[in-house]
Amino acid sequence: MGEVLVLVEQADGVVKKVTTELLTLACSLGEPSAVWVGPGYSTAAEATLAEFGAAVVYVAESPELAAHPVAPKAEVLAHLVSEKSPAAVLVASTADGKEAAGRLAVRIDSGVITDAVAVSPELVATQSVFGGSTVVHSRVTSGTPIFTVRPNSTPPVASNGAAVRSDISITLSDAARKASVTGSTVAVKGGRPELAEAAIVVSGGRGVGSPEGFAVIEALADSLHGAVGASRAATDAGWYPHQYQVGQTGKTVSPQLYIANGISGAIQHRAGMQTSKTIIVVNKDAEAPIFELADYGVVGDLFAVVPQLTQEIGKRSA
Amino acid sequence: MKIAVCVKQVPDTWAEKKLRSDDSTLDREAADGVMNELDEYAVEEALQLGEAHGAEVTIVTMGPERAGETIRKALSMGADAGIHLVDDGLHGSDALATSYALATILNGRGFDLIIFGSESTDARMSVVPAMVAERLGVAQLTFAQKVEIAGSDVTIERVTDSGYDTVKASLPVVLSVVEKINEPRYPSFKGIMAAKKKPVETLTVADAGLDMARVGASASWSAVVDFAARPPKAAGTVVTDEGDGGVKIADFLTGQKFI
Ligand SMILES: Cc1cc2nc3c(=O)[nH]c(=O)nc-3n(C[C@H](O)[C@H](O)[C@H](O)COP(=O)(O)OP(=O)(O)OC[C@H]3O[C@@H](n4cnc5c(N)ncnc54)[C@H](O)[C@@H]3O)c2cc1C
Ligand SMILES: Cc1cc2nc3c(=O)[nH]c(=O)nc-3n(C[C@H](O)[C@H](O)[C@H](O)COP(=O)(O)OP(=O)(O)OC[C@H]3O[C@@H](n4cnc5c(N)ncnc54)[C@H](O)[C@@H]3O)c2cc1C
Repeated sequence: MGEVLVLVEQADGVVKKVTTELLTLACSLGEPSAVWVGPGYSTAAEATLAEFGAAVVYVAESPELAAHPVAPKAEVLAHLVSEKSPAAVLVASTADGKEAAGRLAVRIDSGVITDAVAVSPELVATQSVFGGSTVVHSRVTSGTPIFTVRPNSTPPVASNGAAVRSDISITLSDAARKASVTGSTVAVKGGRPELAEAAIVVSGGRGVGSPEGFAVIEALADSLHGAVGASRAATDAGWYPHQYQVGQTGKTVSPQLYIANGISGAIQHRAGMQTSKTIIVVNKDAEAPIFELADYGVVGDLFAVVPQLTQEIGKRSA
Repeated sequence: MKIAVCVKQVPDTWAEKKLRSDDSTLDREAADGVMNELDEYAVEEALQLGEAHGAEVTIVTMGPERAGETIRKALSMGADAGIHLVDDGLHGSDALATSYALATILNGRGFDLIIFGSESTDARMSVVPAMVAERLGVAQLTFAQKVEIAGSDVTIERVTDSGYDTVKASLPVVLSVVEKINEPRYPSFKGIMAAKKKPVETLTVADAGLDMARVGASASWSAVVDFAARPPKAAGTVVTDEGDGGVKIADFLTGQKFI
């Protein structure tokens, strides 16, 4: 079986869940190797990569690699593709991941498939397109196949890997150095799982009515250890930060459980959450189209139903 | 300053989108074509930067005949000129082919800024701006929620999952924008009339000097194997709140082992 490269996503040295999913997927395609780009590789990170099956970890640690956006990741991967001739490259379908995959595709002149939800051992990808209404099977026909894979597509399964460290040093191209990251501003509160990765997402829409109203949504999310999402009506009104928008022009989420509160279910919102495994709806209008997606729905005022639900969860999980 | 804005015509987002059964490409006849929503923000940003710094704004699109409507719309918003790459040989191009074609047209025309939307609403790949930057070897400043230009220095706020990064480069740059950046203007009647007289250059694959073997469906680096409509979801249970709606959802969640 061939080697499969997995680009590691990390925050402050901690490996993100999506990377453990990609390693699990890579195990089914060949022999997984993790690729770490930037400073901060730690024994904790190594332990996680080993736990999910990485046989080798290529570590490119130069601080310079984190000083420029996106391009360094593509250049480290391109170097490894030419050295190792892997069977495939897997990257998370995040903004950075997709852009790195795109630049890599140009560099190594290979096809790229984005937003795969599955990849078969024959390297045929499944894409869920048009907001989940159509399922497409596609393949790369030229070069080393590059896939970006949506978070929450493969349940991570532990599988012992040796995680043998192999240090990589490359010289960045002049083009990669042309843009520099000079600062990072954290605008959102931590403590909750990341929206795109979360197993449970609790969202609020125009029906939430105000920024203060979102306290009700946050309390429910916290009772389930979930992430908070919002419709565009809520983010446009400034009630909740734009980062949390779910839909066509926001994040695409595919959690185990999605709870939509005070959201009507416009086609552009559905495009971002339609593939959630279980969907719960709370809306006071029985005609709201979001009910078409509901596994369980309650027609009622969210300010009565949601706090009661939060309280009930508290009681039952105590 | 010379600014180019790349815009894509996409099916109206309110319509159901479909793939064609004959060649698995997007069925563009099934719905009205509109300018990709985020590209309106890209045009608006170009116009605002042009108003502040003085610039000529050129709209660039690759697409069938009727994608010309999208150029006209941008011209009626206030852009100065258009370039339309239109050729049957381009049909079915994937992202590599599209970025190759766009980079080839943009190259050598002296653009200081090339502005994109950060994502199309039909294929939603979010890769074309980065690919064009890679091909042209110019700085990539993408997912911008704010852009500032001082002399030849460009600074953006790049949206991240937790907030934003500040990213800097010198002209020329490739920019892509998110919808938080501005509020696109509507074309005025005067703008619509003026747009009719603005120049639009139409290019074929040969005119643009493109290698026929690197564009279109047969030349693409990826291919659709098959596709199918997703089976409709089985209808769920909907109840009316009678004071116990929250408890009922909790019962359902307990049954599904979420609690
Ligand atoms: C190109 C384009 C892209 C877009 N992208 C996105 C996107 O990414 N994400 C997105 O979400 N939208 C997007 N939209 C906007 C989308 O069309 C809708 O306008 C938006 O989703 C509506 O948000 P909403 O459901 O919160 O608001 P509304 O449609 O106003 O619905 C509010 C709902 O709340 C219910 N309600 C009110 N009060 C209560 C209460 N007290 N208790 C219970 N229920 C209550 C009402 O019955 C109603 O159903 C896009 C639109 C366009 C044109
Ligand atoms: C459902 C579906 C899935 C697809 N999956 C893949 C895939 O996995 N791999 C693949 O290689 N191709 C794929 N394609 C083909 C791909 O959509 C086209 O090649 C397209 O031109 C680039 O993708 P995008 O529209 O998603 O671009 P994005 O990268 O999302 O577009 C960003 C910006 O680039 C600019 N832009 C994009 N296209 C044009 C254009 N024609 N003219 C001018 N500016 C433009 C616009 O400013 C736009 O806002 C798919 C197409 C469909 C319909």
